[in-house]
Amino acid sequence: MEWQPVIGLEIHSQLATASKIFSAASTGYGAEPNTQASAVDLGLPGVLPVLNEKVVEMAVLFGLAIGATISNASIFARKNYFYPDLPKGYQISQYEEPIVAGGRIEIRLPDDHIKIIDVTRAHLEEDAGKSVHEDFDRSTGIDLNRAGTPLLEIVSEPQMHSAAEAVAYMRAMHQLVRYLGICDGNMQEGSFRCDANVSVRPLGESTLGTRTEIKNLNSFRFVERAIQFEIDRQIEVIENGGQIHQVTMLYDADRHETRTMRSKEDAHDYRYFPDPDLLPIEITDDYIQSMANSLPELPAQKRKRFVDEYALTSKDAEILCEDRGIADYFEQATAASSGNPRLCANWITGELFAALNASNLQIEASPVGPAALGVLVSRIADNTISGKIAKQIFETMWETGQDPDDVIAEQGLQQVTDDSAIANLVEQVLNDNPDQIEQYRAGKDKVFGFFVGQVMKLSQGKANPKQVNKLLKARLDN
Amino acid sequence: MAISDDEVSAIARLARLEIKEQDLAAVGAGLGRVLEFVRQMDAIDTTNIEPLAHPLELAAHRRADEVLEPDLRDVYQLGAPQVQNALYLVPKVIE
Repeated sequence: MEWQPVIGLEIHSQLATASKIFSAASTGYGAEPNTQASAVDLGLPGVLPVLNEKVVEMAVLFGLAIGATISNASIFARKNYFYPDLPKGYQISQYEEPIVAGGRIEIRLPDDHIKIIDVTRAHLEEDAGKSVHEDFDRSTGIDLNRAGTPLLEIVSEPQMHSAAEAVAYMRAMHQLVRYLGICDGNMQEGSFRCDANVSVRPLGESTLGTRTEIKNLNSFRFVERAIQFEIDRQIEVIENGGQIHQVTMLYDADRHETRTMRSKEDAHDYRYFPDPDLLPIEITDDYIQSMANSLPELPAQKRKRFVDEYALTSKDAEILCEDRGIADYFEQATAASSGNPRLCANWITGELFAALNASNLQIEASPVGPAALGVLVSRIADNTISGKIAKQIFETMWETGQDPDDVIAEQGLQQVTDDSAIANLVEQVLNDNPDQIEQYRAGKDKVFGFFVGQVMKLSQGKANPKQVNKLLKARLDN
Repeated sequence: MAISDDEVSAIARLARLEIKEQDLAAVGAGLGRVLEFVRQMDAIDTTNIEPLAHPLELAAHRRADEVLEPDLRDVYQLGAPQVQNALYLVPKVIE
């Protein structure tokens, strides 16, 4: 029988605020345990949560970017469960009236097909603390620094039908939240993670099979592998006459398998109710309009503009628009390049990416800034230097942070484009190599390359290769 | 409106409350009376009435996104039964 997997994702995106959603404690990552846990985060009696305005702003931006409906009166609810890293005994979340309802996102599949995935909702909530199990024999240690960190939980419709589609969706969301500047997208630090709901059904069947939930997937690779493993496991169970139970699974990356974490018997009975400590979030149409006006250009629009405005290939546009920082770098470099966008694109995706990778740097930390790279590109385009010399100059710029023009002047690297100067070099090389001239004239065409090489060498790489070719040819063939 | 012993047990488990076997009926009856009281509202026609999320007709105050909290860990941890390596210790939890 042929099976159709059905996958829905719940993405937890940590909002990039300075302070927490309901307290003025820092959200900074990696601080000493419990130094960023305020009385509100600890759930001490008598404290009240006060909403961070930035969190509302970010959620509204996100909603607008996916074409969702923004609720004019969104409310917070208590989600009740007991766990030591949740001191209050409830998580402040949203249940009825989430801040963002509906919306959709375009995903690009591995075969380059475009598919639209609908978003059910996105709601605000606070993160829980962290449990440390390893260091103690009979205890668990609790660090509440993360408690109260703002999260936007983005829930998709169950519209993905393979592990690859699920990953494509997650990548598209990851790109979007970074474009909007509402999440740093750092998956190692847990700023962007997801839970996957997976079920299978006979192909053509319309009702959904029983689903399992895989928790806390924090890399694209794990999402793909865990979902694929779970799909295969479910099909095997059903084909052997078994039944799928609604359970929560944990993906073990080391052993590459999913295993049951807890049965959902109690876990789904969260007894949500509106949090009496928090008033509704009022969002006026004027506010929504002002947020709409501040929306940055989104990845799909940018890709299209790069193709239209800079005549880039769609492949180059996709690579450059992958990250907003890269796209900005490209545009700044192009602005300084005297109108050479394609050459800038080549240099960014070639030399620059290679150097960044080798030094493990993000583009924002590149020792060669966009304006300097643009100038370098313009010097290639206007024949001041050759492409080969440019690579040498780039290396110096990378190491010293110098301007390309300074490097060129200091090291005397201007390309020689004066015909008579090049003709002198050609003459010298021909005089020194009478045997090779014989060979060439006897029909051995390959020797031509030897002459070009000798002239370039004599010029220390500075002679314009095109002119060298032309002058040599003229001299030898006459 | 009686609440069954099983329902009382289930709610008690979720709330981590220990209710003795012999008290289940009495607690169920008490909860039933509370619900009965609230049920008076069912008599009201609520068509065209907007659901109420909060009794105060105000919107949430929003504060600026600023870090203003000092680190008071040492003070807060004075009240904790057990602390080690700056972590609050609780009985071992494993899933």
